[in-house]
Amino acid sequence: MRYLPISDADRQRMLAKIGVASVDDLFNHIPAAVRLKKPLDLPHHQGEMEVERHMTALAAKNIGATKASMFLGAGAYNHHIPAAVDHLIQRGEFLTSYTPYQPELAQGTLQYLFEFQTQVAMITGMEVANASMYDGSTAAAEAVMMANRITKRQEVIVSSLVHPHYLAVIETHARFGGFKVASEPMVIGREEKLTKMIHDQISCVVVQTPDFFGNLHDFTELAKACQEKGALLIVIVTEIISLGLLKSPGEMGADIVVAEGQSLGNALSFGGPYVGLFATREKYIRQMPGRLAGQTTDADGKRGWVLTLSTREQHIRREKATSNICTNSGLCALAFTIHLSLLGEVGFRRLAETNHARASLLASEIGKIRGVSIINKTFFNEFTVVLPKSAKITVDRLASYGIMGGIPMTRFYGRQLELSHVLLICATEMNTENEIESFAKVLRKVLND
Amino acid sequence: MTNITKKTSPTISGNQGLKLEEQLIFEQDNPGISGVDFPAVDLSKNHLGGLLSNRRIGLPGLSEPQIMRHYTRLSQKNYAIDAGIFPLGSCTMKHNPRLNEKMARLPGLGDIHPFQPFETIQGALTVIYQLADWLRQLTGMAAVAMPPAAGAHGELCGMMAIRAALDHRGEKRPRVLVPESAHGTNPATAAACGFQVDPIPANAKGTIDLAAFQAKLAPDVAAIMITNPNTCGLFETEIVQIAKDIHKIGGYLYCDGANFNAIVGRVRPGDLGIDCMHINLHKTFSTPHGGGGPGSGPVVLAQSLASFAPVPYIELRAGQYQLVENAKGTNSLGRLKAFHGQMGMFIRALTYILSHGADGLWQVSGDAVLNANYIRACLEKTMSPAFSGTCMHEALFSDNFLADTGVTTLDFAKALIDEGFHPMTVYFPLVVHGAMLVEPTETESLASLDQFIASMEGLAQIAKKQESLDSFKNAPIFTPRRRLDETTAARNPILKWSDQQKTAKSDAT
Amino acid sequence: MSKTTYFTSEHEWIVVEKDIGIVGITDYAQKQLGDVVFVELPALGKKVIKGKDMAVVESVKAASEVYAPVSGEVLAVNQDLVNQPATVNEDATGKGWFVSLRLSNPKELVGLMDLKTYQNFVKGLS
Repeated sequence: MRYLPISDADRQRMLAKIGVASVDDLFNHIPAAVRLKKPLDLPHHQGEMEVERHMTALAAKNIGATKASMFLGAGAYNHHIPAAVDHLIQRGEFLTSYTPYQPELAQGTLQYLFEFQTQVAMITGMEVANASMYDGSTAAAEAVMMANRITKRQEVIVSSLVHPHYLAVIETHARFGGFKVASEPMVIGREEKLTKMIHDQISCVVVQTPDFFGNLHDFTELAKACQEKGALLIVIVTEIISLGLLKSPGEMGADIVVAEGQSLGNALSFGGPYVGLFATREKYIRQMPGRLAGQTTDADGKRGWVLTLSTREQHIRREKATSNICTNSGLCALAFTIHLSLLGEVGFRRLAETNHARASLLASEIGKIRGVSIINKTFFNEFTVVLPKSAKITVDRLASYGIMGGIPMTRFYGRQLELSHVLLICATEMNTENEIESFAKVLRKVLND
Repeated sequence: MTNITKKTSPTISGNQGLKLEEQLIFEQDNPGISGVDFPAVDLSKNHLGGLLSNRRIGLPGLSEPQIMRHYTRLSQKNYAIDAGIFPLGSCTMKHNPRLNEKMARLPGLGDIHPFQPFETIQGALTVIYQLADWLRQLTGMAAVAMPPAAGAHGELCGMMAIRAALDHRGEKRPRVLVPESAHGTNPATAAACGFQVDPIPANAKGTIDLAAFQAKLAPDVAAIMITNPNTCGLFETEIVQIAKDIHKIGGYLYCDGANFNAIVGRVRPGDLGIDCMHINLHKTFSTPHGGGGPGSGPVVLAQSLASFAPVPYIELRAGQYQLVENAKGTNSLGRLKAFHGQMGMFIRALTYILSHGADGLWQVSGDAVLNANYIRACLEKTMSPAFSGTCMHEALFSDNFLADTGVTTLDFAKALIDEGFHPMTVYFPLVVHGAMLVEPTETESLASLDQFIASMEGLAQIAKKQESLDSFKNAPIFTPRRRLDETTAARNPILKWSDQQKTAKSDAT
Repeated sequence: MSKTTYFTSEHEWIVVEKDIGIVGITDYAQKQLGDVVFVELPALGKKVIKGKDMAVVESVKAASEVYAPVSGEVLAVNQDLVNQPATVNEDATGKGWFVSLRLSNPKELVGLMDLKTYQNFVKGLS
């Protein structure tokens, strides 16, 4: 078997050294009743060719962004990844390396994590960031638990405009972690009055911009209202490219910013693996979950990096740890940081501008279709429309034309009647102007049929 | 700030042959330069609600050639499985097959959006379903929860399922029993689910003290968390009895599956009586460690816990695979993560499993255990195995063999670095003094094992001679950086670059 | 005024004068910990209970609880330790003090060790 280098001759030598007759003897101390006598009755090993055939056949049953026009968002975005990114992350020294617990053997990893932390702090407008979390939604839950620890309060407010999956994750943690979530049910088009809900037992208020429906918000006033009551403001960003163009959550006064970093460097990949960004104020670093790369010097006085403030983490604090997290999202963080390095100040800005321009064109084209109305007053690259027909049926019909034309709101909020015609649509730099015009044409046809 | 100092560099550039120094990207900023080409856009008419910003973010500008060079140089400072043996205990640093990488990037797999209509992603759901099916059969369990993003996340899933089951019964059981040798994520997870952790000692053989465990059983015990084989590399031979005992008082058995590589294909944890177990796809099933992640931690569940599984999960309805995404009105513990799970890792793990098959996996656990025992047998005279007898997939040594030499486990590990090897796990598990936990995995050749053993043996001999204490204390000397000052890093944390930052103490030029 | 020093089996010392006690960790403890990188001190006015958590002392590789040797109320904490945690290593029994307490139950001092007993206790550990 091509991945297993031990031969029968090797085995004989090794068994002689160990002093047992066979490999099976090394398993004899396991109770016989639970020890299998031979391999399970499942398929045998296969060569590369056969496995490739199997997986290729499964891939062929899916229509991805390579074949279809993709206009889907809702927390996962179709962006162009420069060719250099995938080449670099596939270098064996990155792909097959480990957590940098022995820093002398991992200065490469530690340096890119330090650069990643710096980039995340810069784009969010915050003072300090960690070396990544699993994804945006788990980062949001961790942020809430951090706020609870800092304020010693057990009740949190979550805006109804936050990604419903993110809200659900926070609610799961609340249920088992013993804290309360105050959240109004989502009512489309209703303006939220969060400030009124804050009292002095609230640990944090969780909001999102652009919100799940694409609207943009300035949380400066909300930040002040939180501060007055001693609560923390947590801002979620699911489309990180928006930070190339908009006022940052840090500038608004956020205490913690969590984000989904997938838009940079990481393929759609059906929802994972992604990369969670986590940034906060310097005064909170000891309460921050996750790994941290810190700068230091070596025995020769040369600059280098190490994992630091580990005493917050599970392998030392055990049940008193700030979080149980062990693995981060290393390779996805590397892809993120390489992509952002390639973009630089100018490229990041231009990418964001292009996204907004394409979405604006799409909104303008779709807005011309009779019976279609766009709910948003503001948006970055994603907005919500009301169709004259069922959104789900429309989307299914668009799929038959090779267009992934949006996500029906009922996918997230159940079969609520007032949502059945509501659709979430996104356009990025990957959608050409021709593609956008085609989409509008086909949508008009489908709606008029 | 520069990396090098005049005092210590034997060359002008500070480089030494192929050991190339590399600045931070922020120190190489060339304003206006970019590694991508985008045309300028006129946004005078926009829908940004006045939130258009003109602030300078501070990102450095570099071209593609500079970026390739920067990250290539960084990569050269990393040790990796591709470069050599990586014998970290309980990490299962096995070879990462490249076919896995190719399959994850196939059009139709890498480029699909999580919210496409189900008809357009049947192949993707089939991948998840097939992997789940293999995991169910390999473990002999009733159901699998695929969403958890990593091992610790899987632990959270398992313990939350147990809490959900107890809540459903209307029972309050605040205590969870955890062996002292357990990985730190176990007690951290239990605490995160609102449980109190009660530690159980090990016996002289290194396994759970059955009497001590039984003495702690009471109606307020929710569960016991066991790692099997345990972190000492030993099979918990009493596990079937432990399962019976905990079930008798109405509790659950959570199994930490980090060490599944020792028994995969040969023992089904379901036959042992466990109620749930997380599997680390990035350990047993070869998905790459990537410098610390991403991982994937699906959780297999017994029938007693199946209905509490998190959303989403896959159902077959009218010949079509669908995702059930809404937990409302069900027993489900809820959602643990946005979207559906670590699909990229599912593709890789399924590719690995299909490549090995049942016969290949039988050989995987056999060779993993063989390799660890070979190392143990070769070193048992010179070093000090923590427990007598054979081990499973990892060999545990204490620092007894270094007694009176002045060399600590840490020094020994750093000396191993100069020999060209990544050290084994050190100071874990906590129950053994100066622990050294060696897990070679099945993908190391005999030649590779012999080279590693020769260095371990040699270093142990040198330490015992007590003539070269300095060389141990100063190690490593051949790596791009020598021992780093972790104390200052913790006392004065510098966690990002800034243009006004006071640099760490250095004899700067 | 007479000052008496007592020791606990968790390696805390307490210097008591009337009903005020100053608490720190012993030199043996600081050696075991290694370089101290951070100290977490309780809030002023906090009521502490004998044998329960009072403060945390962190080194690079470990975080250890400092327990209250006796019950009482926190009167003062050593703010210097926040900026200069190394003081705990340099002068554990003097400048490296952690907390000053107003004892609520001086009877709890009975049973704590004196210097000689503590020194023998430490000898027995190695």
